[in-house]
Amino acid sequence: MNFVALKMLFGDRAKYLMLLAGLTFSTMLIVQQGSIFWGLMTWSMSGITNVNAPIWVTDPNINQVEEIKPLADTAVTRVRSVPGVKWAVPLYKGVQRARLRDGNFEQIALVGIDPSTLIGRPHTIMEGKIEDLRAPEAVAVDQLGVERLGGPDKVFVGATFEINDHRARIVAIVKTQKSFQNFPFVYMTYERALSITPAERRKLSYVLVSPMEGVPTEQLVRRIRKETGLGAYTEEQFGWKTIGWILKNTGIGVNFGTTVLLGFVVGMAIAGQTFYLFTVENLKQFGALKAIGASTGMLARMILLQSFTVGVIGYGVGVGLATLFGLTVGSGGRLPFKETWPLLVGVFVALLMICSLSSVISIRKLAKLEPAVVFRG
Amino acid sequence: MDKRLDQNIQVLEGEFPQWLVRATGVTKAFGEGHTKIPVLKGVDLEVARGEVLLLVGPSGSGKTTLLSVIAGILDADDGDVTILGETIRDFSPAEKTRFRRDHLGFIFQQYHLLPTLTAAENAAVPLLIRGVSKQEAVARAEEVLRTVGMGGRLAALPTKLSGGEQQRVAIARALVGEPQLLLCDEPTASLDAETGHRIVGQIRENGKKPDRAVIIVTHDSRIFEFGDRIVHMDDGQVHQIQQGPEAFN
Ligand SMILES: Nc1ncnc2c1ncn2[C@@H]1O[C@H](COP(=O)(O)OP(=O)(O)OP(=O)(O)O)[C@@H](O)[C@H]1O
Ligand SMILES: [Mg+2]
Repeated sequence: MNFVALKMLFGDRAKYLMLLAGLTFSTMLIVQQGSIFWGLMTWSMSGITNVNAPIWVTDPNINQVEEIKPLADTAVTRVRSVPGVKWAVPLYKGVQRARLRDGNFEQIALVGIDPSTLIGRPHTIMEGKIEDLRAPEAVAVDQLGVERLGGPDKVFVGATFEINDHRARIVAIVKTQKSFQNFPFVYMTYERALSITPAERRKLSYVLVSPMEGVPTEQLVRRIRKETGLGAYTEEQFGWKTIGWILKNTGIGVNFGTTVLLGFVVGMAIAGQTFYLFTVENLKQFGALKAIGASTGMLARMILLQSFTVGVIGYGVGVGLATLFGLTVGSGGRLPFKETWPLLVGVFVALLMICSLSSVISIRKLAKLEPAVVFRG
Repeated sequence: MDKRLDQNIQVLEGEFPQWLVRATGVTKAFGEGHTKIPVLKGVDLEVARGEVLLLVGPSGSGKTTLLSVIAGILDADDGDVTILGETIRDFSPAEKTRFRRDHLGFIFQQYHLLPTLTAAENAAVPLLIRGVSKQEAVARAEEVLRTVGMGGRLAALPTKLSGGEQQRVAIARALVGEPQLLLCDEPTASLDAETGHRIVGQIRENGKKPDRAVIIVTHDSRIFEFGDRIVHMDDGQVHQIQQGPEAFN
């Protein structure tokens, strides 16, 4: 009876297309909004993910990674003395101004990393050698920096520019995850970063830590908090803390949440309604099948097949359209757009829920249907 | 009733009861309270094995209702229906459905063809419900459609068929499963005299087997000759039973 079910579905062209449109729209909306949302979150966590350290030691009242509350210089040695710490190194982060050859200024996110270990360096080096950062005046610039500071003609390994009136010589081009603030990342050694930035009482942004072999990261985090009174987080905890802060303190969470919910409700309403109409309009046909000897179970299977078929097609088209959007409008990282597997799986589950719910309503109708309808006019 | 009936079924022997359908004291009312309308008022009816029974009577007399009760599509308020030795009342709804699938065939007053299926696919539906493969079911349906003169319209959708053609598809659908009991509600209403004759002849031929029977509800006096017996229904009761062809010849 499967092909009978499918012919009933596809044969009713108008309803089929309306169902498909509803489910496609719903899928597209949820996937597109979800991807942009996750893209934004990825951007906002880039301050953490670009650094790649297992543990972050911070001011005890820190809210999120971009809200830097500098620590006393002594924090590094205090953290090093906590049992179980393999290494602890300083990290400087701050927004500074770079002066271009043509005299224009551009804001940059300056990162100062420990010169001996180079911990905090970017994952991917595209050109040059990151070890050369130890040389005088050396900096590494990311791909956004190349673009913002004058393009590949002017920004290359060996070229120079100025940061706060100090000469900077490019020794490496690196790849980073773009940030929320959308400033280019420029790397140099920690000491040099301190020396070229304006005088302040405290300049140590974070202490990066790794546990010794066999010491569980979370246990060490608790121990650092207890013994130093500072804030300490695993990389993951700090990431979620940052996301949580953004969701609570900006409209982003509510905004995207509403749109996703709307997509779900609209899809549900259209699909449920149309599917119910479809069943009701075919009630006599289903009644005839029941009179001829089709069991309620068989009719239920037909309904499920119909709704899941149109659901899966709608899902495919919707994801396709959302992806197309990401590839065109969001290409080159201009728009935060990150389509992830968990999102796609989640939307698929949501869609199956929409389909199941609208099927259940129809199936209940059919279960109660008296086959006697077929003998009457 | 029953000398005539007895004569009629004497030819049929075996350890089975001689009747294939027996309804005793069947009552059925619609509605509740003071709007309650009794439609069947104690119907007794037996259909013998191999018999073609015509059920005639004025509109609203309860013919369709009786057919529905016999098919287990409607539950009787009182009385019993036994088909092939099985008492329908004892069945669960699922068992009734299965019984219809395996033993009964229907021609409805409205044909109830599925609009998106071709004539052949529509006629194949009872076999598909029984789990026969699509290919085999459609092939057998096509054969039956040819015998009702629809060989040229196998792939047509119902909307492209005339009323008479749709009726013949519905008839093919009823015959394709070789049902033991065939229930027909006005099977010739949309057919011209000649086609009606041929088709009812075919229905009769199909039912004239020792383990089968046919009940045809009809107003169409042109097909009376095909009945072994003609039962008159009036106001929810079976009033007269007439011998078939002889009575009208
Ligand atoms: N589901 C129902 N609810 C209420 N009344 C019903 C129902 N089904 C049938 N009736 C009534 O029962 C009576 C008998 O109906 P039925 O359809 O059995 O008559 P019929 O002999 O088949 O008539 P026709 O020759 O016009 O088809 C009618 O008065 C009809 O209105
Ligand atoms: Mg009727």
